[in-house]
Amino acid sequence: MSTATRPGTSSDPEPARTPADAPTGVAPAGDARRRGRRRAARRNILSALLFLSPWIVGFLVFTAWPMIYSAYLSLTDYDVINNPEFVGIENYVEMASDDKLLLALGNTAFFTLLQVPLYVVVSLGLALLLDRAGRASGFFRTVFFLPKMTPPVAIGILFLLLFNGQNGLINTVLGWFGIDGPSWTTDPTWVKPGLVFMSLWTVGASVIILLAALRNVPKELYESAQLDGAGFWRQSFSVTLPMISPALFFIIVVNTIAGLQTFDEAYTAFFGAGNTTYSNDAALFYVIYLFQQAFQFLNMGYASAMAWLLFLVIMAVTAVQLIVSRRLVYYEGDR
Amino acid sequence: MTTDIRVAAAEAQAARPDAVQPPQRPTPAGPRGRARARRRAGTVLTWIALCLLGIVFVYPFVWLVSASFKPRSQVFDNRLIPETFTFDNYVQVWQEAPLALWLLNTAIVTVLAAVTVTISSAMVAWGFAYFRFRGRGFLFGLVLATMMLPGAVTMIPTFLIWNALGQVGTLTPLWAGNLFGSAFYIFLLRQFFLGLPRDLFEAARIDGASQWGVFWRIALPLTGPALAVVLVFEVQAVWTDLMKALIYLRDSDTFTIPRGLKSLVDAYGFGGEWHWEIIVTASVITTVPLIIVFFLAQKRIIDGVASTGLKG
Repeated sequence: MSTATRPGTSSDPEPARTPADAPTGVAPAGDARRRGRRRAARRNILSALLFLSPWIVGFLVFTAWPMIYSAYLSLTDYDVINNPEFVGIENYVEMASDDKLLLALGNTAFFTLLQVPLYVVVSLGLALLLDRAGRASGFFRTVFFLPKMTPPVAIGILFLLLFNGQNGLINTVLGWFGIDGPSWTTDPTWVKPGLVFMSLWTVGASVIILLAALRNVPKELYESAQLDGAGFWRQSFSVTLPMISPALFFIIVVNTIAGLQTFDEAYTAFFGAGNTTYSNDAALFYVIYLFQQAFQFLNMGYASAMAWLLFLVIMAVTAVQLIVSRRLVYYEGDR
Repeated sequence: MTTDIRVAAAEAQAARPDAVQPPQRPTPAGPRGRARARRRAGTVLTWIALCLLGIVFVYPFVWLVSASFKPRSQVFDNRLIPETFTFDNYVQVWQEAPLALWLLNTAIVTVLAAVTVTISSAMVAWGFAYFRFRGRGFLFGLVLATMMLPGAVTMIPTFLIWNALGQVGTLTPLWAGNLFGSAFYIFLLRQFFLGLPRDLFEAARIDGASQWGVFWRIALPLTGPALAVVLVFEVQAVWTDLMKALIYLRDSDTFTIPRGLKSLVDAYGFGGEWHWEIIVTASVITTVPLIIVFFLAQKRIIDGVASTGLKG
């Protein structure tokens, strides 16, 4: 504890202080030592501020002000060239009847709802395999993580190539098993599932987090469960699952937030300059539409309103997940 | 070894709940052998599954590299070994696109972004870890809260700031925001600083080191591994970033690698001239530097991910 919080010793008549009232210095009794201490505390705060200054400046200029200004812009029509024109909540009203926006919302929800569960199942499966692999787990861990280093643009390109309907690798392999694969990159029904499958290629980071969680489960728990006669399934559900539930929860939350903001791969594959003939509304995700509104159509006011809707959706979804997690996630040392 | 035997015994018992055996008597060889055989079969199955999955994870890379050595007509033939091996694509992509310039731009942005974010985040993290002052908890809560904020909310006003400063079209907006630290790294480095023995810094202070000296000469050198994690995470993030490049870069000469690659997709992809061999080759050139970084810093990256949880 710092000097300010040290309780008064028997020879020191001053009352014990909490850090909260330390700098206010109640009733200065002319105690030189205390005054010196206060000066030291002030110098302490100055140095602290000096270290924090990059973040404080950054927060004010690149977070706080943009948030305020974006909220203001969302109530205006603004095309960068002319001054913002105040229109009240018109942008928000317009959103409710914008078919493309509703389509983008639906696409994004579909993608996230399909991707997150698959992501969790696949990464958990791989982590369980790695956990039993003994000495080889290090090697395979590297192999599974490697795709994470691929630029998303390259992943979007790989999607177009590997999932190509006529002669892509995926459909060729499916053909070996007598399955006639769909046109993943053109058929609106299959574009999103295809993008989800492609995204499973980069589960590596989640696998590593889950593997670390699995390794952290104390061995004694399994031993005592065995002595109590618990079989494999019982152990999995009563020991493993609760112990790794914080890691699972983390992965679900982070991937949901990322899924709702998915952009790079789908934009690379289906949108962009000169690509309009090939663009596919089935891959129009929310952030892609927002980006188009802001930087292609220069509807900065409307795009700002869209950004706030996205923020609200993410907050709401995360809040629901947090509430549900209180019942389902077990934190060691919590009870 | 003793646990091994105990596990085997327990498994054998679990397999035959009807066979009541007093624990003192040694388990008969039969069930124990069977359990071991079953475990060995399980190990073999695990290995087969891992090898197959390993191939699935590596194959897209192999496919990409292989396709980059195929002539235009064979790019989609899915052969592992190119039927006609050619190096032309690499020559051609170098002529068609200013790849060297793109690589240089990306390298400049990546180095500046990674170095500045590491130093600034470390400074702020130190401010939160070492000093005690009123409102610290609140400020740190604010840092964590900014992690929740989707980039889309601040994207447009941030663009307007750089626009007002006349920096749109230059590389500056791609890295200069990193001068102010990044919430996730501040959080990560603060955790690390908190794990260092405080006495060390108090002693240095008593010996007359300045506040900056304590940070720069004592705390930072002890933080090497964590700094490396931050550096590598940021290199990966900046090298692959598409969104900022799409927003701020206009002229092909200023493109970074992801933006350049995207422009090649537009020009030569399905909407363009169908020269997939060029796109494939450029993808290989784009990806290889990061794979090299990965193998150089492999242990750091994986330990960093395991202990902190990189997004996604």
